[in-house]
Amino acid sequence: MIRKHALSTRLWHWVNAAAIIVLFMTGLNISNAHRYLYWGDYGFEPKEAWLAVVRFPGWATIPGHYNLALARDWHITAAWPFGLGVLFIWVAMLANGHFRRDLTTSPGDWTPGAVIASLKAHSGAHAGGAHGYNPVQKILYGGVFGVLLPLMLFTGLAISPGFQAAAPWLLDVLGGRQSARSLHFIAAWGIFSFFVIHLVLALTDWRLILEMFTGGRRHEAPPQPAPPPTEPAEEGVPAHG
Amino acid sequence: MVDLPRRSLLAGIAALGATACSKINESQTAHGLFEAAEDGHRTLHRALAGKQGLAPEYTRAERSPTFRGNGSVTVADPFYQQQLASGFPDWRLEVKGLVDLPLALSLAELKALPQRTQITRHDCVEGWSAIGEWQGPQLAVLLDAAKVRSEAKFIVFRCADTLYGRDYYESIDMVDAYHPQTIIAHSLNGEPLPEKNGAPLRMRIERQLGYKQAKYVKAIEAVTSFADIGKGGGGLWEDVAGYQWYAGI
Repeated sequence: MIRKHALSTRLWHWVNAAAIIVLFMTGLNISNAHRYLYWGDYGFEPKEAWLAVVRFPGWATIPGHYNLALARDWHITAAWPFGLGVLFIWVAMLANGHFRRDLTTSPGDWTPGAVIASLKAHSGAHAGGAHGYNPVQKILYGGVFGVLLPLMLFTGLAISPGFQAAAPWLLDVLGGRQSARSLHFIAAWGIFSFFVIHLVLALTDWRLILEMFTGGRRHEAPPQPAPPPTEPAEEGVPAHG
Repeated sequence: MVDLPRRSLLAGIAALGATACSKINESQTAHGLFEAAEDGHRTLHRALAGKQGLAPEYTRAERSPTFRGNGSVTVADPFYQQQLASGFPDWRLEVKGLVDLPLALSLAELKALPQRTQITRHDCVEGWSAIGEWQGPQLAVLLDAAKVRSEAKFIVFRCADTLYGRDYYESIDMVDAYHPQTIIAHSLNGEPLPEKNGAPLRMRIERQLGYKQAKYVKAIEAVTSFADIGKGGGGLWEDVAGYQWYAGI
């Protein structure tokens, strides 16, 4: 039997989930230390900021009160499983074909028709099409793996004064240290947005969550014309979430 | 704080997954985990950048229009205030501790040493950054002149300012002490340091955050350990707030 989710995917999924929750909530605590974002290399005057960020309340932060030292302790610790995890899942996805099979898009996937069709299929009662990801899923997951997660990692590295000596080019690419800090903040909210959509969709069917533990079962498209299905869409466990 | 075996980092990562959601902030486990993570970052930074890898330097046009003063911006000590008013004629920078030739240098003597000028970015732990042009002798020149002993593992900076009723101090290891951009700055943007930025002398340790850049420096001390200084954290903010001793992240 072929698992719908490889062991590497499941392992990474839950470690990463824990890491990004800690990173996000400690990040909000760190944001409270200086609630202004700038573009360029420097910035310290609130009147020069492009964004004055709200003060995040205690229920949204780790720890639940303002403590920059402890928030940073958690943040730079959770950065390890997050950063190594992104590296790990990319290697695993390339090695086991998950990337090529489920995340690479063809030009046809980007047409409005393909997007509408996949949204319609999603809103129906778990209609078929469970073989692989639909175009919307490919585009969303591709954006998360290809853009948001690496951006989060590289902007985090770039704003560390000890890392910049290793890769000064990274700051140039990102437009300076304060730009990197702004992008770190923006990417964090991008990941949060994905997290919310992902959670809402996954909660529509508890089997989806269970499968992220057990691995589930992947149904390959039959190689030969098969006899007409006698069972209805039962097998079609949707692959979203 | 010193190099932990790689094993402890891996154990730390494993422990994170197991305990991330429980309230372990103050526990021994959490403390060991945080320290392993911090040491891991320092080891990674130094492996990738090399011990002598330079922080970016900027052009004069890229400097920030002003340079923010933060933390201590004034010093209460009457001797300091009297010296500030008269241009620090009697200020002496001591180099002491594990050295064969203790020194006490005037500002004029420091300015007569070979100078390094660098336009660098200062990153506060809070998140903001400022860029300024600093000038002063390299710390390495002073340590060599004082003949620092081989058993010295850390350099401690003793300062004239106080915060929360404690004398400000900071410490770095010998890698950062001998880094080419580690200087004792006496000027900012071509002028003597203003009081808010640490007159007459402040440290520049360019691969670490702002709280490591000790201001109002009175003495440089070579030690084997900082466990007996202050509360043993290696710096005032480390002691009073629990900030990370390695501030390269």
